Amino acid sequence: MGDVKTKGHHSAGKTLLNPEMIKADFPILSRRIGDRPLVYLDNAATTHKPESVISAMDEYYRKMNSNVHRGLHTLAEESTAAFEWTRKKIAAFIGGVETEEIIYTRNATEAINLVAYSWGRKNIRKGDRIVLTEMEHHANLVPWIALAKETGAELKYIPIDDNYRLDLNNIDKIISDNTRLVSITHMSNVLGTINPVEEIGQTAHSKGALFLVDGAQSVPHMPVDVKAIDADFYAFSAHKMLGPTGIGVLYGKESILNEMEPFIYGGEMISEVRYDFADWNDLPWKFEGGTPNIAGAVGFSPALDYLSDLGMDNIRNHEIELTAYTIAKLSDLKSIKIIGPHDTCMRGGAISFIDKDIHPHDLATFLDSRGIAVRAGHHCAQPLMKRLGLTATARASIYIYNTPEDIDKLVKTLREARRYFCNE
Amino acid sequence: MSENLDSLYRDIIMEHYKYPRGKKKLEDPDVTSEGKNPVCGDEIGMKVKLKDGKIEDISIDCLGCAISVASGSMLADAIKGKSIEEVKRIASAIKAILKGEKPDEDFDLGDLEALEGVSKFPVRIKCALLSWTTLVEGLETWESGKKSEIATTE
Ligand SMILES: Cc1ncc(COP(=O)(O)O)c(C=O)c1O
Repeated sequence: MGDVKTKGHHSAGKTLLNPEMIKADFPILSRRIGDRPLVYLDNAATTHKPESVISAMDEYYRKMNSNVHRGLHTLAEESTAAFEWTRKKIAAFIGGVETEEIIYTRNATEAINLVAYSWGRKNIRKGDRIVLTEMEHHANLVPWIALAKETGAELKYIPIDDNYRLDLNNIDKIISDNTRLVSITHMSNVLGTINPVEEIGQTAHSKGALFLVDGAQSVPHMPVDVKAIDADFYAFSAHKMLGPTGIGVLYGKESILNEMEPFIYGGEMISEVRYDFADWNDLPWKFEGGTPNIAGAVGFSPALDYLSDLGMDNIRNHEIELTAYTIAKLSDLKSIKIIGPHDTCMRGGAISFIDKDIHPHDLATFLDSRGIAVRAGHHCAQPLMKRLGLTATARASIYIYNTPEDIDKLVKTLREARRYFCNE
Repeated sequence: MSENLDSLYRDIIMEHYKYPRGKKKLEDPDVTSEGKNPVCGDEIGMKVKLKDGKIEDISIDCLGCAISVASGSMLADAIKGKSIEEVKRIASAIKAILKGEKPDEDFDLGDLEALEGVSKFPVRIKCALLSWTTLVEGLETWESGKKSEIATTE
């Protein structure tokens, strides 16, 4: 890709993205759905991949393909170097942590499961408390429900208030002295809410609990510094930030990771094995049993470059502006209710909404017939839906390549849907 | 695409969606059955009155998309006066139609034929099926004399 200046322009001290130019780097964005151009607004589910990511993976298989950490030939050395180079970039991307603290997983879900299995099953006992929030994705819910069931630990939830934000009034009681872990999402994939993780992390640590942050929706969209947050664990997925599927990250503090048992046993993760004995490899490989997703790591590297070149601050600003635009336009539609905070300072660009007369699935099918991709359903947050008294929402979620014109098409088509379903 | 859309949301389906039949109170039902599609969040509550082994009356309360509401409404129209065996056979025929197959038997399905358009939208098939699975499970539980459980098409 070219440098950021060709893709952005300065305005009032801010660099604004030029999404039209960014779009050109994403081959899929020029495809059509039926006879309409694709308008992709399902970025919270997964984002598209720029040419640089696609070609890096293609090149890898054409020129470099080899297993890592085992061969003594040129291909193996090059593959290992590329695989480990991405790890360095990830460490720098989330605030300059140690490379050893970056563990490759398949995705955010597996990263959280790693903690639940490896740390949780050793450290959580009957009577201990695990604190979550009412807005968690199943990925940061089900592993703890299973662990609680197995150990007899207790789950407690930080509630949300009427403005779709966490209600921290009783935080000191909820995060009690017997709390061993506080695990919360940095940004809700349903509500868009950005949570005050620093504050919650401090409370967690003051009670002697560890602090895990689900960063699946935050790392792709805003600058994240896991050291400033003082997270003990931080989980995210490459596919939601321009990278390939099948590769994700668990960041963990070295001192804690060192005390943990492995998660997946096999090749890669050992230092010495005899018939009756095995000793573990150093960090981070101790947690990476088996042949990893090498092509995934290789493809993740240009994704990180792409985001870094644009600048995470610029990306956040672009999304604040486009989110504000979207909320304003949707608010013009009388039948639509936005499910999430309106204040763009404390929210991201995953925008859930409902039409009072049209089911979200009918809306999504209708939008799709006009080339517009949104998601409809419970967004892997069934307890939150129930808490909100809803069964489903429609969700438009934006990214770096989305434009105000995309939103105009969405809003125009929502009006058409009223004509189609409600004879308006 | 929008031609395709009209094959899903046919006039008959939209008619049933806007004015669903069977949406009413039914006292002293013989069968009550609840169904859910956890993935889409559709929920349905059904009450059935039986007389001499036949469906005398039915009430349906459906919280869901146009397809699931319309399918339930058409069901209410279609099954009145039918025996439990007949209802099960119609349900199998509907399943076949939704899969894009030809049903084993030649029923006159009336409005229900309109569900054929759903077969081209694989993710919506379970919406159309929900009311039928809920009804059949309700009737089967009634037959086996057990308390009804929550049906699901997942
Ligand atoms: C907040 C949040 N957490 C976790 C996940 C799980 O991500 P993955 O499916 O890549 O593991 C998602 C993805 O939808 C998410 O939005």
